[in-house]
Amino acid sequence: MRATSHQFPENVHEALANPTLRQALSKMRGGFPVNRAQAISRLPEFDALRDTARDIKNHTLEHLDFYLERFEERVVANGGQVHWCETPQDARQTILEICQRLNARSVTKGKSMIAEEIALNDYLEEHDIRPVETDLGEYIIQLRKEPPSHIIAPAIHVTKDQVIEAFREAHTELPADRPLDEPRDLTDEARTMLRQEYFDADVGITGANFLVAETGTSTIVTNEGNGDLTQTLAKAHVVIASLEKIVPTMEDMATILRLLARSATGQEFSVYTTLSSGPKRKEDLDGPEEYHVVLLDNGRSDLLGTEFREILRCIRCSACMNHCPVYGAVGGHAYGWVYPGPMGAILTPTLIGIDQAGHLPNASTFCGKCEEVCPMRIPLPQLMRAYRTREHERGISPKATRWGLRLWRFLATRPRLYGAVTGLVARAIANLGWGQGVVTSLPLAGGWTSVRDLPVTQGRTFRSLYKQTKSYPASSTK
Amino acid sequence: MRETGSHPQPTVGLFVTCLADLFRPSVGFAAIKLLEAAGCVVEAPEAQTCCGQPGYNSGDTESARALARRTIEIFEGYDHVVAPSGSCAGMLKEHYPHLFSDEPEMARRAETLAGRTHELTSFLVDVLGVKAVSAQFEGQVTYHDSCSGLRELGIKEQPRELLGSVEGLELVEMEDSEVCCGFGGTFCIKYPEISDHMVTDKVTRAGESGAGMVLAGDLGCLLNIAGKLKRQGSPVQVRHVAEVLAGMVDEPAIGEPGFGEAEV
Amino acid sequence: MSAREAILGRVRASLGRGRLDVDKSAELDARLNAPIANLVPARGQVSGAAAVEDFIQMTLGAAATLEEVATDLEIPAAIARYLASENLPARLVQTQEIADRLDWDAVPQVETRSGPAVSEDEVGLAMALAGVAETGTLILRSGVQAPTTVNFLPDTHIVVLRRDDVVGGYEEAWARLRETCLDADGRLPRTVNMITGPSRTGDIEQTLQLGAHGPRRLHVVLVG
Repeated sequence: MRATSHQFPENVHEALANPTLRQALSKMRGGFPVNRAQAISRLPEFDALRDTARDIKNHTLEHLDFYLERFEERVVANGGQVHWCETPQDARQTILEICQRLNARSVTKGKSMIAEEIALNDYLEEHDIRPVETDLGEYIIQLRKEPPSHIIAPAIHVTKDQVIEAFREAHTELPADRPLDEPRDLTDEARTMLRQEYFDADVGITGANFLVAETGTSTIVTNEGNGDLTQTLAKAHVVIASLEKIVPTMEDMATILRLLARSATGQEFSVYTTLSSGPKRKEDLDGPEEYHVVLLDNGRSDLLGTEFREILRCIRCSACMNHCPVYGAVGGHAYGWVYPGPMGAILTPTLIGIDQAGHLPNASTFCGKCEEVCPMRIPLPQLMRAYRTREHERGISPKATRWGLRLWRFLATRPRLYGAVTGLVARAIANLGWGQGVVTSLPLAGGWTSVRDLPVTQGRTFRSLYKQTKSYPASSTK
Repeated sequence: MRETGSHPQPTVGLFVTCLADLFRPSVGFAAIKLLEAAGCVVEAPEAQTCCGQPGYNSGDTESARALARRTIEIFEGYDHVVAPSGSCAGMLKEHYPHLFSDEPEMARRAETLAGRTHELTSFLVDVLGVKAVSAQFEGQVTYHDSCSGLRELGIKEQPRELLGSVEGLELVEMEDSEVCCGFGGTFCIKYPEISDHMVTDKVTRAGESGAGMVLAGDLGCLLNIAGKLKRQGSPVQVRHVAEVLAGMVDEPAIGEPGFGEAEV
Repeated sequence: MSAREAILGRVRASLGRGRLDVDKSAELDARLNAPIANLVPARGQVSGAAAVEDFIQMTLGAAATLEEVATDLEIPAAIARYLASENLPARLVQTQEIADRLDWDAVPQVETRSGPAVSEDEVGLAMALAGVAETGTLILRSGVQAPTTVNFLPDTHIVVLRRDDVVGGYEEAWARLRETCLDADGRLPRTVNMITGPSRTGDIEQTLQLGAHGPRRLHVVLVG
């Protein structure tokens, strides 16, 4: 996927001018956040579980090499195989080779953000293998040839009418006059269209929410059941996951599972949590004959040694974006790559470079809502600030900002000069209001006055009044 | 108001904040009035300027350190440091100590300052135990929870408790009072379109509450909200909560006509 | 150098150390080999009748249906009634585990077949290893007697759960898995399914639809 994160302001402009997107996003606020709040109110231990989960992940990351090795040993003992991949290309190549060895012509896919990260679909298509997304949201955006705009609701930007249009265009073998007006019709149609795909596919690819070192298990958490059909009906189950999905034990997974669905959709628990440990056993009547875990690094091993390590605790629940007012305004596509919202503002510069994604950690008011809701207690604003510091140190933050800050520091460390200048500015802004109370346009402050007025000052600064009277001018108070 | 009794009066260094200094001196004087009424000896040290948050949040750690260093020095010696802003108080309280992680002596001084620093309404309620103010205000107001105050300092009930004691005042809650207004310091200038979307939502919710006035504890948010309301031609007025609590509402509200002719 | 060694090398470099020493490895192996429960919420610590009551409430809350019967003998008739009441065909695919347990002779109108499910199967019947009270979650596992397709292909999924198999939290279910389901080499079954209500999606305008890819209906028969 070609990143457009560098043109974030242009993406924002388009997003805000798109009425369909506005309509779709406006539905989000009353959904996930409300359901989450209700679910959490029913679990008094929620905050204590967050602490425990944070500690589990920190422990795991601190001993990541050990747990990765143990995980691999047990996958092998289960009859499966782990493929260590340093780069997206390594991972794509590995998956392609598995598909080619099995003469696969189509593969079914459960939802996987890592598959998006390595742009797997494009690669398979280039090699004449047809990837079929089976999660309804992913299927919709695959038909629309779009990237996901949300990590658990990839088609959240699409309206029902747009789904109808996409289905009518794609499913030409069905009668043109069939009723297709209700979400029920659309869900049924997707179910019907995808059923045969599960049987036809030689390879089923899923992501993983957890890799359990204790048992060599990969776990997926879904609501639709598509991931289960994907892995059960194919000859080979390929799991694609990044290093930090590891947890030590089933007990550790249980703790994080208690946070995941509640933080994501506000469900008490997702419908299907599926633990897969290797290929089918010799005597089993169904299940895949092969089991592969494609373990992707893509910069994470280096990230572990930086101040951004804490983002590796992320469990992709989407609570941060569900609650983010910036995400809520612009949607996921504006972020310009795979991961949107606050977690994306950290992961994207990490994975595609701060030169490409420098806007993202800046496009936050630091309102702190993301950190407040993050089940893994990732200090997202602090990490965004750390990226801003990097940008400043590397001299890639905007020139105007740098000069402004330099001037501000110069003034603010010289109180007398500061007092004189602010006194002049206070008077000037008051005058510019011409008695109207506001300034409607101000040179050098276009960012402010393009969208709102600037309230005028009260004519003099606090410091000058205070010096004079030590209290507010008597005439002005009662 | 609390009786100070036989205890010596606590000294308070008022951190006015650069926005109040420049745009709204009345907020600083309202803070002084409230603190003195609660029995404090208040002083606003002359050398104070800016807490350094613009640099800090823009990645210019050096300039943040330079301003933090002098703020720490200026406010040593007061029993308490109080700011009529959750954002600036949060900077002193939550962020200064991190700025000096490799300077143990400064870190210690920063920690000490952090422990003594409070946002105005939380200082009155949580530290001094003030339960009521003697002020009067006729009408309905709605309260916007500024992000830093709410999430860094836990300010939610304190301003509401004090507003509840204002004679004639009725507090009506707006929907989404905890959602960011889109100010965000330099954010509102760097990403004006997103900021506009957010502040439009905010003033819409405020308007729907039916209140004639929006209050908050941070001037950044207030200038943003007032600026949007005035651009829309709305009659809804905007003030800092301290002005209402101190009964100092004769000055025109933020962005209302009145200044700019006769005064200068 | 292999990719594996390169990745592990970078991980260790980032952690500022080499391979863990023998003592530390032994300590972590002990953590893996004898897992200890972390904080378990109060609602995951219930047992007995209280656990059963919680399980029922939670599973109903997840849009499943449930019927209680006293003994295995009553199950076939109960299922026959359920199928009739939902206008479903009197035909189902069951796991061998269920086939060994139930006597269908009493309800000859229900046609049963044992084995994995195929596309045409409309009703699947399986046995749960456990039910977890805290979220109304059924635990099923694969095996020669329990093919996984039965749980996903048919439109209607019926699960038999013994009252005695209702536990408080997930950790107790793990304990059961470890006690009763590991093979001679200590391995878990290929698949362990945790199922909470019928399949659903909210992918079209966040409108909840049941039966996205998996079963539209989940019916629990609680026995004992």
